[in-house]
Parts: sequence; structure tokens; C-alpha cells
Amino acid sequence: MSQSSSPTTKPTTFNPRLSRIIQEIPPSGIRKYFDLASTMEGVISLGVGEPDFVTPWNVREAGINSLERGFTSYTSNSGMMELREEISRYLSDNFQTHYEPATEVVITVGASEGIDLAIRSIIDPGDEVLIVEPCYVSYDPVIRMAGGVPVTIQTTLENDFTLTPEALEAKITPKTKGLIFCFPNNPTGSIMTEEELKAIAQVAVKHNLIIISDEIYAELTYDGTHSSIAALPGMKERTIVLSGFSKSFAMTGWRIGYAAGPEDIISAMVKIHQYTMLCAPITAQIAATEALRHGMDAKDRMVESYRQRRNFVVKAFEQIGLTCHTPKGAFYAFPCISNTGMSAEEFAENLILDQKVAVVPGHVFGESGRNHIRCSYATSMDNLEMAIDRMDKFLSKNR
Amino acid sequence: MDNQKLRELLHILEQNSRRSPETIATMLEVSVEEVKETIAKLEEDKTIIKYPAIVNWDKIEHNDIVYAMIDVKVTPKRDVGFDDIAERIYRFPEVQSVYLMSGAYDLSVVVVGKSMREVASFVSAKLSTLDSVLSTATHFILKKYKHDGVILEKPDDDKRMVVSP
Ligand SMILES: Cc1ncc(COP(=O)(O)O)c(C=O)c1O
Repeated sequence: MSQSSSPTTKPTTFNPRLSRIIQEIPPSGIRKYFDLASTMEGVISLGVGEPDFVTPWNVREAGINSLERGFTSYTSNSGMMELREEISRYLSDNFQTHYEPATEVVITVGASEGIDLAIRSIIDPGDEVLIVEPCYVSYDPVIRMAGGVPVTIQTTLENDFTLTPEALEAKITPKTKGLIFCFPNNPTGSIMTEEELKAIAQVAVKHNLIIISDEIYAELTYDGTHSSIAALPGMKERTIVLSGFSKSFAMTGWRIGYAAGPEDIISAMVKIHQYTMLCAPITAQIAATEALRHGMDAKDRMVESYRQRRNFVVKAFEQIGLTCHTPKGAFYAFPCISNTGMSAEEFAENLILDQKVAVVPGHVFGESGRNHIRCSYATSMDNLEMAIDRMDKFLSKNR
Repeated sequence: MDNQKLRELLHILEQNSRRSPETIATMLEVSVEEVKETIAKLEEDKTIIKYPAIVNWDKIEHNDIVYAMIDVKVTPKRDVGFDDIAERIYRFPEVQSVYLMSGAYDLSVVVVGKSMREVASFVSAKLSTLDSVLSTATHFILKKYKHDGVILEKPDDDKRMVVSP
């Protein structure tokens, strides 16, 4: 009972040289907009899924300095102990989750690798993994590549794109092994409160599910503070927290992240990691340690700036006639475009051709995003103002 | 307006003093009136002093300007300390800035002129002849890389891919 969340069509010709599983994974839905945008001049892109800041200088400098001093070797498979200790302290100070640096934390090559390790460490072929969509594009293919069966749970604008216990329960079967979700969410910007997570935790315990909680945007929470499901009573033992430095410290290109969870799962993840990756790059590990030790002010300033821009774009979308729920985290607004009569795909394509503004249509992130477009506000205020002007023109023409 | 928002408001204006009150109000989730009133108050009490443009004069041809940073040692006066002599110095239009320093000398003075000779003559004729000035050391500025928090030569361009997940 495979319920694909990927809307793009499968390739028609089968190449016997290649793995069937790989060929059955559809090409990325984002590619088309990337190709369009990168061939045009003067495009304002709201399609970028990474910070517009560069890594804070002290963090970059720590990386440079480590190279100068000759830190160019492998590290332990799990990652440098000082970094794991900093992460453990950081998680406990900020999210009330407590992990033993020696056995319950592994340094990964971005949260991306963490997603892969988490899935592969818990499933056998045929196991079902629930995906809360709309969501990041890698969950579905990673589950397939591990021989698992992705089963999507749709969310709705009415529920602010959060997961409800009813929606979760409805998709659980005897084969369900776990659940993966991400809050604050890419692409919706939605968050889940502690109360809401408690209801999900109850269902998880009842059905003995493992939860993979992608918390890469945790620091970018603008209203209230981030709650981790792992902090709830009884949840640490069944939750894998995935996070990293890409978004909070503007370190996407360094490829550095981490996973924290119960010892048995983390040691299974380390086993896969040691044979496939060996370890995360040492330069990035040293820089990440500096980020946790001396990067908090820089992080706070970035968060402040995202919040201001979030406030600006949400209001601006409303003013030009697109309803937009207030994203409480990450750096994406997810306005609804159903009143334009266009599909998200048509909207995104026409918008870039007509006004040179790049956005990503919501269906790329799953069916529930069908009537929305993802607009990243990780770009300068000047760009945002220009983009809104152009979108206003576009909407007036198409009214 | 609370302290946090006040700071944010000042940061926004420091980045771009031409940002409209309407936009700032939205960014900070306060009313336009509150923004206007707060800015008016900040201007009145001289928290915000001026809205100048940061100019990279090197881009203007035949624009001969030289800057020098001058370390000045002075004897402070009874009752007024350094303030008196600082004022004597900052009144000269050639003087761009004056700071009271800790350490080996007392005042750091930035002087601007059309040529090295002009600056040198200002120092020897005007500055070093002042009563309280004991000594001066002049350092000419050869190139400005960063000024008041702004990198002048090569602003960081966007190196990201145009669309990414
Ligand atoms: C929800 C989500 N998870 C994970 C990632 C990957 O992050 P990393 O750079 O740490 O691999 C992204 C990046 O866009 C993301 O949006």
C-alpha cells in the first residue's frame, strides 16, 4: 500500500543496468524551476532554502585557523568529543533534552545524512514510515532507498499544517515502524506546541512508534519557544532528534549536523555512518564547536532579522490579495494561491516568466501543499520589497 | 516601545535610514504612529543625530582627499579635563572626528585635507601650536576597507543557487 508523496511522473523507460528502486524514484520536482531561474537575468529568488547570511566570521575564522594548524585528519566515527559535549550542553540548556555525549550523540554530514541514518537504522524492507507533509523533499526517497514504504499524512491550512492525533492514528497499520516530521516546518513555517506534541506522543507510545524529529529549524522560532517532542516524559527512548548548523548558524555549505537519541539507535546509526561516511569533515566540526561556544549573538541577530522580514512578507502578501497564515518558524511563507484560478505549478511558472520572481510551488513538498507556493524570506528586505511589487503586478494582470 | 523593539528600530535605521515608517511598523509589529513618535523622540533627544550617506569617495574621479589619523598628547586642564582642548580641536572643519583614548596618547584626531601637504600644514600650524598640545604623531590613511561597519570595496554577493529545497 505505497502512497507516494511525490507528484512527478515516473520515467517510462527502464534501464536494466540501473537499480529498479532508484529508477522508480521520480526526479526532483524543484529541478524545473531551478533550470528556468538559472537561465534568466535579473531574477529575484524567493526559492532559496538556505540563509542569506554567510557563516559568522568567528566561525569561518575557526575553520581557517584549524586548516592552518594542520587539522586535516579523520575524527572518531561519532565525531569530536568536544563538539558532542557542546551539543549535549546546548540541547539541555535550550530544549530540556538530556543526552550523554559519549553514547547518545553522533555528528553527521548535515541533517541530510542524519535522515538517512535514522531511517536505515530502524527499518527492514516493507516497513512503513509515516511522513507528515508538506515536508522536506528527501524523506520519501530516503525511505524508498532503504526498502521501506513511505506513507504520507496530509495536513491542512485549517489546522495550521500541524499534525493531529486523529490524522496520525488513521494511517497506522501493523507495519508502521515510525513517523518522521519537521517542525518548524519547511515549507509551511508551522510549529507545534508542547500541548499538541503531547497528544502525538500518546499515540506514539500506544502504537510503539519511533519518532524521527527533524528540528533543523528549531532556533528559528519567532513566536514562543521551540518544544522538542523528545523532552516529553517517556519520549526520549523512542525519539531521534535530527538537527544541525545549516540554518541556525548559516552553515549550509559546511555539511555538518547531528543526531541525538537513545543509545541503541544512535549506535546503529554510528555503525552505518562509520562504513558509509567514516566521519564528518574535521574543519566543519571545529567550526561548529566555535559556533556553539561563541556564535549565539550572531545567531540571535539573524533570528531577529528573519522575524522582521517574516512580519513584512506576511502582511505584504495579504495586501496584494494572497491569504497567508503566519509562519511561526523557519524562513518560509506559504501563501495560498487558489483564489487566482491557477495551479501552484502554473503560478510559479508564469510568475518567473512574466515577472522574474522565483518561488517553489507547494505540491513539490506533497499533495497538501497543492494550493500554495513556498516563498523564502531568507533574502534582503530590498529584494523582498521588489519581489512583492512584481507579484502585485503579476496578480493585477491575472485578475 | 519596549527596549528590545527600540534597539531593533535603531538597527533597521542604521542599516537603511530611508526605510519607511510603514514598513518598519510591520517589521516590528507595532503601529505606524508608534514608529513615527519614537523616531521623532529619538531625533529630538539626539539619539539619532543625522541621516548621512556613506560615500565611497574613491569612486569619484579627481577627488583628491587624504585622511590622517593623529595621535595627540595633551595636558588636561583643571576642572574641564580634556573637554576644553577636545573642543578647541573639533571646532576646526578639517577635523572629522575626535576620540579620547586610553593608553599612550590622549586624543585620536582624524583630519581630512586635499593633499598630504595640506594635512601636514594643518598639523604643524594649527594643531601642534595649541597651548595644551604636547606632541603629535601623524598617520596617513592609505586605503579605506571598512567604514562605520560597512565594507567599501567588495560587498558580499549572493553565492547561493537560485532555487534549492
Ligand atoms: C527540513 C529540512 N531538513 C533537513 C535539511 C537538510 O539540512 P542539512 O544542510 O543539515 O543537511 C533541510 C535543508 O533544506 C531541511 O529544510
